[in-house]
Parts: sequence; structure tokens; C-alpha cells
Amino acid sequence: MKKILCSLVLILFTMAPNWAQTASEIIAKMDENMNAKTQISRSQMVIHGRRGSRTVESRSYSEGNQKAYTEYLAPARERGTKMLKLGDRLWIYSPATDRSIQLSGHMLRQSVMGSDLSYEDMMEDRKMQDIYSLRLLGEEELQGQRVWVLELVAKVEGLSYPKRKIWVDQRYYVPLKEELYAKSGQLLKELTFSEVKAFGDRYYPTITHYKDALKKGKGTDFILLELALDEAIPEHYFNKSILKR
Amino acid sequence: MIAWTLAYRNLKGAGLRTWLNASILSLVFVLILFINGLLDGWNQSAKQDSIAWEFAAGQYWAQGFDPLDPFSYQEGLKDWPQSLEGTPILWRQGSIYPDGRMYPLIIKGIPAQQELLALPTALLAQSQAQFPALIGHRMAKNCQLQKGDRLLMRWRDQKGSFDAQEIEIAGVFDSPLPSVDQGQIWVDLLSLQAKTGLENKANIWVAAKAKPQSVAGANWQELEVLLAPINKIIEAKKGSSQFSYYILLAIALLALFDTQVLSIFKRQKEIGTYISLGMSPKEVQLLFTLEGGLYAIFGLFLGGLYGAPLLYYLAQNGIPMPEMADEMGVSMGKAIYPVYSWILILKTSLIILASSFLVSYWPARKIARMSPVAALKGKLQ
Repeated sequence: MKKILCSLVLILFTMAPNWAQTASEIIAKMDENMNAKTQISRSQMVIHGRRGSRTVESRSYSEGNQKAYTEYLAPARERGTKMLKLGDRLWIYSPATDRSIQLSGHMLRQSVMGSDLSYEDMMEDRKMQDIYSLRLLGEEELQGQRVWVLELVAKVEGLSYPKRKIWVDQRYYVPLKEELYAKSGQLLKELTFSEVKAFGDRYYPTITHYKDALKKGKGTDFILLELALDEAIPEHYFNKSILKR
Repeated sequence: MIAWTLAYRNLKGAGLRTWLNASILSLVFVLILFINGLLDGWNQSAKQDSIAWEFAAGQYWAQGFDPLDPFSYQEGLKDWPQSLEGTPILWRQGSIYPDGRMYPLIIKGIPAQQELLALPTALLAQSQAQFPALIGHRMAKNCQLQKGDRLLMRWRDQKGSFDAQEIEIAGVFDSPLPSVDQGQIWVDLLSLQAKTGLENKANIWVAAKAKPQSVAGANWQELEVLLAPINKIIEAKKGSSQFSYYILLAIALLALFDTQVLSIFKRQKEIGTYISLGMSPKEVQLLFTLEGGLYAIFGLFLGGLYGAPLLYYLAQNGIPMPEMADEMGVSMGKAIYPVYSWILILKTSLIILASSFLVSYWPARKIARMSPVAALKGKLQ
């Protein structure tokens, strides 16, 4: 009996580091799949409100995690609005006022175009492994696929969400679900990813559903319409001069 | 003296015309007193309420803190010296979710044991709930909340991480001051400090005594400075209401002017007789001016007769304010008790007297240019 117990303890001890390593590997592979050198995309954001839904269409250009430029194409009210992110700075250009403003501090916590996303949600560009301790909780089935369930606990201070849970598709290394928690453990936001499609040798979920767990409502759908990866983007796209009429 | 006697007799003889002029002038007199008294009463009660519920003897604001700038709540914080008398308040931005609707607000942490402000914070100490909170009746109405309701509240800690917890409404207070009610929720200071990681920190210190000591890293806000917005609102209200009662005064004065012009036109023979009996044109002019001025004196007397009991009654019993008035954004109780100062009464009387004498003198100037012979003959001039 003692031998069996000792063997079990030994197995558990040897497995634990493997699981931790596996969790890091999963996230690393997920990052590798999801982060291309450059991305050019056209997308729609369907914001479901109390009085109905509205759709905002945009085109985005990004280089790594640090540089991103988005131009809104529709509806007419939002057309021409531009957003430029350079590192930890974010500017918004409004064609109605012909002015650019830099968002900082609490302004980053505002909702993007009335959606369930905040500017801050879009600003997070640090690697998950650098800011969260990873733990593999187990495996389960989601959307008909085998997934790993990972728990991420903040290892640096000041993260908006001190705890996250991610469900990662075992075939394509794409997230299928994510839950964002408050310090107290209260669920704050839920993200559901679906319609995974191949773009070259990478896989991306083309529909992301954002839902503020504290609010009633149907949340916001982010639909990826077109995606071009690793194409050259002229440098002026990531310059403040682009924020003009 | 003869001029006064003559003027008085002439007015008595004019009968209904005198009563009409005096009545309208008395109405203007009472109305001016009423409106100004109402605004002064509002001003006084708004100040008293602000002192009782919000300002006490004055406030210290931590350097960089501005109540109108939510961005400053994070930076404008400090540890307060124990020697200060009063109560600290910590401001944080947050949101509540009544029935799944997001409602952004300011979370204010105040010691549950404080007795300086009229807020019923003792309810926080008495509550058995894990995280009790107080709201005002306006906030309760807006969010459709009542005592005992439980709902989620979200905020950020000092580093910026989200935190959320269920709160319970421990009480709904009825304050005449929207600035301690709308868009805010009151919780125990220690509890909020612990949950946000801001132990011993607060944005403002409400002082118990008017003469403050100097506190490093904080700016003293005099009571007069804190009450200045109320004064400005009342001044603006006075300005706009002045327009209406000055129009009424102008109509009354026009009637007086008209009476004077008519009387000089109709009483030319009388004017000629006065002059032929030895009065100088200046004396006749004075007589007619006095007649006009006497209308104002009668008006003030008449206004005093019916206005004094009426205004006294209103000052004692107050004027009930409609529910809608509460939504104007300034302190307004369920009733306003007008305040009539001696300066106000004197000033109003002087305005009416001076303007009445002026409009009476204006047409009477013509008498000096009249030919006494033509006047005696009753020829039109």
C-alpha cells in the first residue's frame, strides 16, 4: 500500500511540472498561431443594444502587438473616424471636429463605439506568459472540439482582469472561449470565439462574441470579413500624420 | 406744506383713478418683495442644507483633487493628520448594475461613525450585510432601488484592477441636496479603503471647525468658496425674475405718467388760477409732482395693508415646491420659506417712490412753460 501511495505521489510530482510546461506551450503555440508579423483586416462589429443592433465596419492594419491603425468605414456617422495605437498610446481622430485626441487614463476605460469592449481591452499588448501565471486545469469538449482549459492568474499588479480562463482548441491552437474575472472572482466578461477558418497556415476564429457578464443584453459580435497576413504595410500608416481628413 | 395738503385733497377728489394707480403700484411692491424674499429664502435654506449635508465648516482637498474631474480622484489622495477634527471622504469611480443595467457613479467612502454631516451613516454600522451601502432618494428613484435590495457594484483598485462585489442597500436617505445624492453611493470608509488598497487615504477632509490649521499637501476650501455656486445660481435667478417685475413696474409707471399728462391737460384753468392767486409755476409744478408721488405713497401703504399679513403667512408656513423642482440640480427642500430683509423692503420702497416721482415730474415740467393768461382762459397749450 505504501509503495502504491509513494508511486502515486511521485507520479503527481513528475506530472505537475509537465502540466505547467504544457500550459506555457499551449499559450506559446496559441500566440504563435494568432500573431502574424502584419495583419490587414476588414471587420464588422455588431453591437446589440436595447433598441436594436447597429453595425460598425472597419479596416485595420497592425504590425506586431505594438502598432495598429483602424479606420471606420460605416455607418455614415462613424465613417472617417480613425484610431491609431503606438505602443501604450492611443489617438482617435474624429472627422466631425477634424481633431485628434490622445486617450489616456480613465478615458481608455470607455466603451468602443458603445460596444462591450473598452479601449483598454484593445490596448493590452503584453504576452500572456509575461503577465499571467498559467495553469492547465484540464480538458473538455467545447463547440464539438477537444479543448484545454487554462487558468491565468496575474503575476504583475494593475492588470484590468486579475484572473482569466481560456479554452484552447487542441487542433488549431485558437481560443474558443475566454472568461475575464474581477479580483473578487466575480465573472466580468465572456468572450466566445467561433467559425475558425484557415488563413494560409494559420487559423483564426472569424466571429468573436463579447458579453459583459454584469449587464443584461446580447453583447457585441466582432466578425472578421477579410484577413491578409504578413503583407507589407507602408510605414505612414503608423504615423500620426494619418490622423487627418 | 400747502402743496402736500392740496395734493392730498386733489387725490382724494380723484376717487377711483387714485385707487387704480395706488392698487397697481401696491401690487408691484408686494410682488417685488415676494419674489426677492422667495429667492433669498431659497438661498438661505440651500446654504444651510449644504453646510449640514456636505460642507460643514469647510473642506480640505488633497492636492490635485478636483470634484469635477474624475481623473483627479486617483491622484488627489493623501493620508490625513490625526489631529484634524472632522471626517474624511474617499471618492472612487465605479458602476452598479441594478437589474442588469450599467449605472456609472461615484463611490464615496465615509466613516460609519461620523456625526458631522447629516448623512445617516450610522445605518452602515448597524447593517448586518457584508457590504452595506447608502443611497439618496433621487438615486433610488433613478435606479429603482429600495432598502434591502442587493446588486453588483464594480470598481477598480488603486493599481487599476477590476473588482466587483454584491452590495446591499442599508438605507435610502432623504436629502434636499442633489449633490450628495445623484450619481453616487455611500459606503463605509474603512471597507472601501481595504477593497481598493488605499488604506488611510482619502480625497477630502470635511472640517468641523472653521479656522483650519495648515495641512501639507492639501488646499483649504473656505465655506464661502464652496457656497459660491449657490450664490451664483440665486443671482442668475434674481436677474431673470427682475425682468418680469420691472415690466410690471413699467406698466404701472406708464399708467401714472398717463394720469399726470391727462391731469395737466384737463386742469389748465386750475393751473392758471393757482398762478393768478400767487403761486409760482415752479410751485404748481411741485404740486403736480407731489400728486404723482402720493400715488406711490398710497400704493406702498396699501401694499403694506394686505401684503404684510400675506407675506408673513408665507414666511411662516413656507411655499410648497412641486416634485419637479427637485430635478433642477440645486438644493430645494419640500417647501421654501421666504426671507424679507429690511434692506429689501427699503430698497423696493425707494425704487417705487423714486420712479413714481420721476414720471410725475416729467409731464409737470410743461407747467413752467405755460402762459398763465392762456391757462386761465382754458386755451389749449
